[in-house]
Amino acid sequence: MNDTVINGLYIVSAIFFVFGLKMLGKADQARKGNLISAVGMLIAIVTALVSQSVLEWQWIAIGMIAGSIVGAMAARLVAMTAMPEMVALFNGFGGAASLLVGWSEYHRYTVTYTYMDANALSLLIIILTIVIGGATFTGSLVAWGKLSEKLPSKAIQYPGQQFVNVLLVALLIGSAALFGPLRESLSIDSYLLVIATILVACILGITFVIPIGGGDMPVVISLLNSFSGMAACAAGFVISNNVLIVAGALVGSSGIILTNIMCKSMNRKLTNVLFSGFGASTASAGAGFQGEAKPVSVEDAYLMLEAASNVLVVPGYGMAVAQAQHAIQELADQLEANGTEVNFAVHPVAGRMPGHMNVLLAEANVPYEQLKEMDDVNPNIENVDIAIVIGANDVVNPAARTDETSPIYGMPVIDVDKARTVIVMKRSMKPGFAGIDNPLFFNDNTRMLFGDAKKSTQGLVAEFKG
Amino acid sequence: MGMMLVFVLILASFLGFELISKVPAQLHTPLMSGSNAISGITIVGAILSLSGAFVVDSDAMTIILGTLSVFFATINVVGGYMVTDRMLSMFNTGKKEDQVS
Repeated sequence: MNDTVINGLYIVSAIFFVFGLKMLGKADQARKGNLISAVGMLIAIVTALVSQSVLEWQWIAIGMIAGSIVGAMAARLVAMTAMPEMVALFNGFGGAASLLVGWSEYHRYTVTYTYMDANALSLLIIILTIVIGGATFTGSLVAWGKLSEKLPSKAIQYPGQQFVNVLLVALLIGSAALFGPLRESLSIDSYLLVIATILVACILGITFVIPIGGGDMPVVISLLNSFSGMAACAAGFVISNNVLIVAGALVGSSGIILTNIMCKSMNRKLTNVLFSGFGASTASAGAGFQGEAKPVSVEDAYLMLEAASNVLVVPGYGMAVAQAQHAIQELADQLEANGTEVNFAVHPVAGRMPGHMNVLLAEANVPYEQLKEMDDVNPNIENVDIAIVIGANDVVNPAARTDETSPIYGMPVIDVDKARTVIVMKRSMKPGFAGIDNPLFFNDNTRMLFGDAKKSTQGLVAEFKG
Repeated sequence: MGMMLVFVLILASFLGFELISKVPAQLHTPLMSGSNAISGITIVGAILSLSGAFVVDSDAMTIILGTLSVFFATINVVGGYMVTDRMLSMFNTGKKEDQVS
């Protein structure tokens, strides 16, 4: 097919991506936006398929059919609570695909003996694609492992960690230099060097993510998402293809924006998230909080709620773990039937990926109007009769305001401790995902409703019904 | 040609910043999985790496690398779009019920 037509079609597909992404950011158009972006993808794929006269079509078909089956099954079957690890995994596959495109392009040079004729820049770009793709791949796998708790979610640190990371980066720069500009002087087989580079990039992805604690996962997922875009972008340079560059850059830069929003919500600097091993050495920092938690039974909690005129529900990842989102919505219905005003306050980094709680509450059909953002609830929180904290911990930790030694000091939190009464639903007194003690649990106006959040909530609903 | 691509890269990056800078927090998860699906555009590179111009005498390694990358990119694309749609459909039904009640 004619080159102008092909490039024209790629431009059309890029325009679809731009509009799709724009609409994804608006609540009432988001679903349509996603569809538009998918149509753009379809155009790009069909264009790629028809642009070449000879294709290894049977292999493309095998790859696409197998990939579609796996992707569709995963998308259909995943529980909404497991969304963060799902996105992490998809990210990783995107990175792997970019890595393989770079590798394949290098391989083409070797089989066609054009390696020595290729210019240094294209070879450098191949290395760059391999490095970003490889690090995104393994980094995402580690993030997936941590989020699904197949790996320990806390920060894993070891002596000389920074040194190892710097060494790995230095190795990658060295190999890129040897591979590109200095390849005339290379005494070993360049293929060996490429394989070594792939391995080092994959190791870097692991060592990069493993020291980051569970509480910082929203930031890491955003960042890896951005990387997967950059990997696609680099692959676009490898094959000189506009649509890869445009789509990759869109994802790369929007991912950076999201990363930045996440960092702001936690009042942390990105460098601090990446290199400080948050939550690793701080488990003892909160040990100074003394006092006795006051447990409350379901019956007593019911009596308190029945008398309340307004209730604020603050969900956290514990709600997801207990799959309590439907039960809590049922409780909200009962409270409203009882004449109580119910709102949900969602902290921007509650859960393990940005906006995770909103997805779960939407799944449970919580009306959009009842979902409030942190900045809207904090100014009036003194007027809240009862704040129900369900599975949230760090995002309601008053130590973030008061205790300068706390690792989360300075992070904006939902000030539930200022509400008249707080009911905390929690399985035990264990600290949260980030491993920080929470003085809220010992406050005079706090009551602890121990047990599985879903069972406790269902118990409350039963009290209302009975 | 090279400079042209850099130019495209820079413009598209700025466009990405502009597009995303004001997104309500409730849409962050679908936005992320939706943009993640877009990063599956690598599938175009994967398909092209299996094209006749590149494959020399059906070299086995090229085919293995290409097929694998088509496979991974397809998971990213299909899974990413479907799961985003599934999430957004829940937002929408939630809304419709509001309007009714």
